Amino acid sequence: MTDALVPLMVLLPLLGAAVALMLGRRLRTQMAVSTLVLAAVAVIAAVLLAQVDASGSGISVAVGAWPPPFGIVLVVDRLSAIMIIISALMLLGVLVYAVGQGIADQHRETPVSIFHPTYLILSAGVFNAFIAGDLFNLYVGFEILLSASYVLLTLGGTGERIRAGVTYIIVSLVSSLFFLSAIALVYGATGTANIAQLSVRLAELPQDVQLILHLLLLIAFGIKAAVFPLSFWLPDSYPTAPAPVTAVFAGLLTKVGVYAIIRTETVLFPESDLSTLFLVIGGLTLAIGILGALTQADIKRLLSFTLVSHIGYMIFGIGLASIVGLAATIYYVIHHITVQTTLFLTTGLIERFGGSTSITRLGGLRRASPMLAVLFFVPAMNLGGIPPFSGFLGKVGLFVAGADAAGGTTSTETLGTSSPGPAWLIWTVVAIGAATSLVTLYALARFWNLAFWRPKSELEGYRSRIIDSVQEAPAGATVVATRTTPVLMLAATAALVTLTIALTVFAGPLFELSGRAAENLRDASVYVSIVFPGGVR
Amino acid sequence: MTASLTLVIVAAVLFGTGITVMLERSLTRVLIGFLLVGNGVNLFMFTMAGAPGLAPILGEGVDPDAISDPLPQAFVLTAIVINLGITAFMLALIYRSWWLAQLGERGDLIVDEDEMAEDAEETADLYRSSEEDDRAVQAVLEASDEDGGRG
Repeated sequence: MTDALVPLMVLLPLLGAAVALMLGRRLRTQMAVSTLVLAAVAVIAAVLLAQVDASGSGISVAVGAWPPPFGIVLVVDRLSAIMIIISALMLLGVLVYAVGQGIADQHRETPVSIFHPTYLILSAGVFNAFIAGDLFNLYVGFEILLSASYVLLTLGGTGERIRAGVTYIIVSLVSSLFFLSAIALVYGATGTANIAQLSVRLAELPQDVQLILHLLLLIAFGIKAAVFPLSFWLPDSYPTAPAPVTAVFAGLLTKVGVYAIIRTETVLFPESDLSTLFLVIGGLTLAIGILGALTQADIKRLLSFTLVSHIGYMIFGIGLASIVGLAATIYYVIHHITVQTTLFLTTGLIERFGGSTSITRLGGLRRASPMLAVLFFVPAMNLGGIPPFSGFLGKVGLFVAGADAAGGTTSTETLGTSSPGPAWLIWTVVAIGAATSLVTLYALARFWNLAFWRPKSELEGYRSRIIDSVQEAPAGATVVATRTTPVLMLAATAALVTLTIALTVFAGPLFELSGRAAENLRDASVYVSIVFPGGVR
Repeated sequence: MTASLTLVIVAAVLFGTGITVMLERSLTRVLIGFLLVGNGVNLFMFTMAGAPGLAPILGEGVDPDAISDPLPQAFVLTAIVINLGITAFMLALIYRSWWLAQLGERGDLIVDEDEMAEDAEETADLYRSSEEDDRAVQAVLEASDEDGGRG
């Protein structure tokens, strides 16, 4: 019974997209269809998570009843279910926000008959990537979500968006070519694309061949996840899109890359030892991303740089190669998806209300809209890692895991045979992580001080060294300050802010759940036994 | 695994030329480069099927060992379809960026003055032609009056 629910998570959004497209100009029905579809997927994901968590392993579905090594398999384990449920909730929240924005300004930014079907196709791609049990199906999932994202990013076709879109599209195309070549080589070396079967067969290959395949896959996923030095494209392309689109991209698309990296490390190449590489890359991503954020006057660009920077935490967690490290990474991914999406939605509201997103031109927002101030302050402090928010808990979790791995305490259970990197390196990255958290807090507090606390009367002729040191965004389309915050947009943002607080309130159960999800990843054989209960032939 | 050397060489050439063309500044060349590399990857994947064999259709009296591997063919087919879609989108994007580069944002607007000038011309033409018609009718009428006067 529940087996049938698994393909529905991809089918429902695709069918919904078709229906929304066919409904043409009946805007209300279109909006109802897309909202219902995403709500249904969230419910399905919740049911599956409950079942998978209770059974302790996972569900695998052979599509079209072709037996596993030949046909396409969809696999839901705890990690997939967690990722899908959080993505579905984010997609739903942002959709409500977009509908609110559309109703308020006659669907100028997000024209219904284009935005809704494309948005649903993007969702289908994201869900497909999370449940793909086949390397080629993962590629197809990526392509679905990328094609939809090309359309969403260049929505309206203004000069600014086309310029940003071209960079994004060409970088994504190159990453897809890398991925496809990697699949060709993997298939040539092993004769299969089934992830579970690959986990057995890849281990039998010579070490050097394994390393080439491993690195090729990591480059492809690293571009998607925006890991330094493959992250240059992100801060230029994300901020130009409409607010709901930026929010969804920032929250979800990079995490699909992180998810693929987690799978590569735990199922495809559990034996291969790249911990040191991961720690170095993680540290560099953290430091360079946040230094970029410091020089930005525009909050959207600032947030895009912190997005890149904080991917470093997840790479660091993966590099620890321990169960505790993975558990903390999964919790951090959940936290980061929610907070980053929420902050971009709030930024959209600020832009709408104040007519700008630059700290040089905003002022007196706290007095003008106390509601907006709360909606910005809570997720901003959360991202900055102030206790008791989930950003603090996630970082502490990662640092504790790092200390465990570096200290070599007996409680540390490593993944497979991989060993954590040298202790001094782990301590260095922990230090960089702590510093990054502080600098993030500084950058966000600076925006808060100038945009919210600075009285509006001081805006004229204001001079300070902070303002001199930051760089404006490249001139884009001018935004008209509407001084309005439509109820539906506020409600959607407020709901997501509440969700970020819930991540703190329910941190205990969530950390335990992440721990159980990480436990499933301890050994590739768990994943293999989900797909091949009787063992691989 | 055996593979055709020709295909490997062709794929290598496609990769090399494609990447070279992709490094150009013009968007159209980037697209052409992407298409070349994309086809190179497809051929590359195709060679992974190993030695060629019979058409991969199992039936009465077909030896499963004699058929070629169908899976890379399915992969390549999917990749071709995806490339087609992306190419269509890229072409639209290139056209749009050309449009913006040539005409700027103004290209999207219908300028009122031009429109009005055009309208005025059309109206003038209409008046002119109707005046000519009137004159012709008048001439005919006058001619018939003269005839009537005589008769």
